[in-house]
Amino acid sequence: MKKTIISAFVAISTLITTVGMSFGDLLVPVMTYRVGPFAANGTQNANGFVDYLTMLNERDGGIGGVKIKVEECETGYKAEKGVECYESYRGKNPLVHTPNSTGITLQILAKAPEDKTPILTMGYGLSAAAKGETFPWAFNYPTSYFSQMTSILKYIDSQTGLKDQKIGFIFLESGYGREPIPVLEQLAPKFGFEYFLLPVAGKDAQNQSSHWLTVRKEKPDWMIMWGWGVMNPTAVKAAIKSRYPLDRFVGNWWSAGDVDLGPIGEAGKGYKGATFNATGTDFPAVQDVIKHVVSKGLTKTGSEGPGTVLYNRAMWNAALIAEAIKTAQDITGKKEITGEDMRIGLENFVLDEARLKELGFAGMVAPIVGSCKDHEGAGAAFIQQWDGSKWVKITDAIDPMKDIAQEMLTKAAAQYASNNAGWTTQTCN
Amino acid sequence: MYFRETGQFKSKYKEELAAFPIFEDKIGIAIAALLAFVLIPIFGLPGLSWDFTMSAVMIPVVIFTITTLGLNILLGFAGQISLGTAAFMGVGAYSCYKIMTIFPDLNALICVVLSGIVTAFVGTIFGLPSLRIKGFYLMVATLAAQFFLEWAFIRIPWLYNYNISGAIEVPYKEMFGIVLTGAKSEPLTRYFVCLGFLVVLTWLASNVIRGRIGRSWMMIRDMDIAAELIGVRPLTAKLSAFAFSSFYIGISGALMVFFWLGAAEVESFDINHSFTYLFMVIIGGLGSITGCYFGAILVWVVPVILKEYGKSVFGIDAFVMENFTTILLGVVMVVILIVEPHGLARIWQIAKQKLRLWPFPY
Repeated sequence: MKKTIISAFVAISTLITTVGMSFGDLLVPVMTYRVGPFAANGTQNANGFVDYLTMLNERDGGIGGVKIKVEECETGYKAEKGVECYESYRGKNPLVHTPNSTGITLQILAKAPEDKTPILTMGYGLSAAAKGETFPWAFNYPTSYFSQMTSILKYIDSQTGLKDQKIGFIFLESGYGREPIPVLEQLAPKFGFEYFLLPVAGKDAQNQSSHWLTVRKEKPDWMIMWGWGVMNPTAVKAAIKSRYPLDRFVGNWWSAGDVDLGPIGEAGKGYKGATFNATGTDFPAVQDVIKHVVSKGLTKTGSEGPGTVLYNRAMWNAALIAEAIKTAQDITGKKEITGEDMRIGLENFVLDEARLKELGFAGMVAPIVGSCKDHEGAGAAFIQQWDGSKWVKITDAIDPMKDIAQEMLTKAAAQYASNNAGWTTQTCN
Repeated sequence: MYFRETGQFKSKYKEELAAFPIFEDKIGIAIAALLAFVLIPIFGLPGLSWDFTMSAVMIPVVIFTITTLGLNILLGFAGQISLGTAAFMGVGAYSCYKIMTIFPDLNALICVVLSGIVTAFVGTIFGLPSLRIKGFYLMVATLAAQFFLEWAFIRIPWLYNYNISGAIEVPYKEMFGIVLTGAKSEPLTRYFVCLGFLVVLTWLASNVIRGRIGRSWMMIRDMDIAAELIGVRPLTAKLSAFAFSSFYIGISGALMVFFWLGAAEVESFDINHSFTYLFMVIIGGLGSITGCYFGAILVWVVPVILKEYGKSVFGIDAFVMENFTTILLGVVMVVILIVEPHGLARIWQIAKQKLRLWPFPY
């Protein structure tokens, strides 16, 4: 009896080990959150990312003839799950980490150079990672929070001028929400505007009445929001209730998704948001995903997913990773690359208009070129507006105030490096 | 049969009072120590990668056992309820960060102990209401501590050295040429540091509880008026319980950030975490040191391992497993509390009783 139990145990444990290790594929790990308070947004993000890479497997048989293996790890948007997920990928040759959370990014940022795996935080994470010389292993293409805030301020400037304006900044009280505050601090005296802060704690996301009472009292000319999850629709609804003009209310790119405004519908007409990707299913890349993945039932989304803000953005995130993998394959001449090769790919890919057209992303996103020095890319954002049922692009790409953003990024990067003695940097030429 | 005390004679009072008077218990402890100190660090757990075993299973469970010990001293032995556990862990973490950055050359282990002392001080202050109020009212007072401290971690930028991200990061520290903290440190080093703390703190707790102070806590817990009448001072007894408990919790908070997570924001110290630690204590068993180990293992290790096995063996989606383990844990908690309200520690005790009479238990 004892022997049978022991041999069964041995058999099971060897089975577990063999199933867990299957090399030969390109492992693209992704930390997602399909459960928890931010699941509505997280699910779309996860679907777009996974579906695009599945589409490459279905249509092209992977990248350079090697299949892609996407491995999801559920975080529930909780920071302490980050370590768990990170460790579960270790030793399986992950190519690039996609933490999908600023909190987790901060935790794994220091580990990346040790484990030789780059981190790509598209439109989130630590803004200072834009400085490639200080952060060789972290990337935040296509633009950082600092740059985005300057783009939004530029937009406001083009509408009413910034001078003597009063701006209310409502944000989720976390590392993510606080990131752009230094920009406001720096620019307020420079452009002569006033601002006040409205921090919303995560647990109060659905209870913003006190914040909007302050808004009524202060009567700001513009409101800017750095929100996420259920905080976004709550804020827009509260703005409607307190009769705040919605066309003076601008969300950042995580506060302007279809899941946020969809439930509000017609009433939310006029609300604006920044973004770096267009919506809709008219793009060939989205069509391919629908044809090869969604209609074949290889996805967890229904037909409503493709074309939405977050889904398209996650697709773009996956496409950038796929392009970096291809670049790395071309440069190193290897088919099965490692994290170190991936880093080279992320610094050298070229996504110009022609290449975007080939990939089917022309018109959806701005062209971007990888570089050693600048891990942020072109950095332009544009403004879209909710028309009651969908998002409509209302401006062209607005370049950030590069000199100001760069100066602040350099400072922030230097601060991080000095706080972390022995930090690995690189020199670019 | 398995637990036969026959023939194990005690001829001295000291032997009778030993921590493990029965020979079989000594074997059990030796096996547990062998597992924790040798077998798991060398081989890992079956089916999980070694790195994952160390960083995602063993290090956190050791740290949470220290937390649970701290909370159990307060709740199980002194009978003072607290909902501010996570915030006190935060005090440990933030004070450790401040001490490390103000005195960059100070040894990391000393920083951890100092942060425990700072937390003990803060805990004593928030323990003051316990002199006037009891039960639910005290619970509300500690809830205030939780919210106040969370607020402080966000709104006092001095605590995180004015970092733009608002998070505390772990500086690089070494001792005798071995890297202790920071990204370059080996999981094995970090594990043994945490395990060392756990062993020392368990030994300390078991002795303090068997001594005069521990007895005064239990008297206060069982009936405070009677305790006062026979000469136990509620002031010292209650405040020392708060201080002692916060010391443990502070150390575990510092270990959590500096030897496990690597960086932390205030979210790692929110009220939900307080509840998790409370579950660990209640499931493990109030007023039992062994129970702390059981509680931490059940609440932390079981879901993590189930999730990994579910993914790698059965190929179930990660989010399905996440929901499944949450449901399972909830069910297990309810069942355990119905079957045995005194937690796993009591179940363990009953099992021992039965084994003593095996094969004819009654």
